[in-house]
Amino acid sequence: MGQDDWIELTSGEIPFAAIAAWVVRPGCGAVDIFCGTAREQSDDRPRVERLEYEAYEPFVVPKMTEIALEARRRWPQVGRLALVHRVGPVLIGEASVLIAASTPHRSESFDVVHWCIDTLKATVPIWKREIWGGGADWGLHAQELSQVADAPGPDR
Amino acid sequence: MFFGPARDATGTRATLVEGRTVGDVVAATVERYGEELARLLPTCRVWLNGDPTTPETPVGQKDEVALLPPVSGG
Repeated sequence: MGQDDWIELTSGEIPFAAIAAWVVRPGCGAVDIFCGTAREQSDDRPRVERLEYEAYEPFVVPKMTEIALEARRRWPQVGRLALVHRVGPVLIGEASVLIAASTPHRSESFDVVHWCIDTLKATVPIWKREIWGGGADWGLHAQELSQVADAPGPDR
Repeated sequence: MFFGPARDATGTRATLVEGRTVGDVVAATVERYGEELARLLPTCRVWLNGDPTTPETPVGQKDEVALLPPVSGG
């Protein structure tokens, strides 16, 4: 992992402000930050109280590093890039995932962040459990695990 | 190693299984834990020590086979 990549799996709150400051680069005029936050309803599961993320921990950072490498291959103009995910309990309103990128111009910052979050959701071994007012179960809309090299998108 | 719904189906995170190949290990695991795991299996990816693998791949005592159901990070 290079000094321009911030890749982390954490059981604590995601340090949004620190990453937002770190991601800025003199040669980059755009910063895009995406946060996924824990939502209080999920389809027919009302009053979700919290999420709990389980991970195949030794392989999360390596997979996210692979995503960062592939993102830099597809968008060589990326300055700094952060991929951070939570593990363990996440309360409603807290961020469960953050992707941040700086690039010279805005259009590629949106593109690279969008690609990174879509690819993370399909390739990183993490499972979300939802705990709501009448039960607990694994997240809906799970995707069969795929490989980073097979991720769709520009310059495949 | 079992994760997510596969951990629910087996009631455990990890177990020791004997077999000469990845396919042997997976078959022995399904035999041990039964129907619920068998139903999940077609949607699972199988990794050997962190990488995708094939049923024919040989395994040894220190190898780690993981059953990975559909993921839901983010």
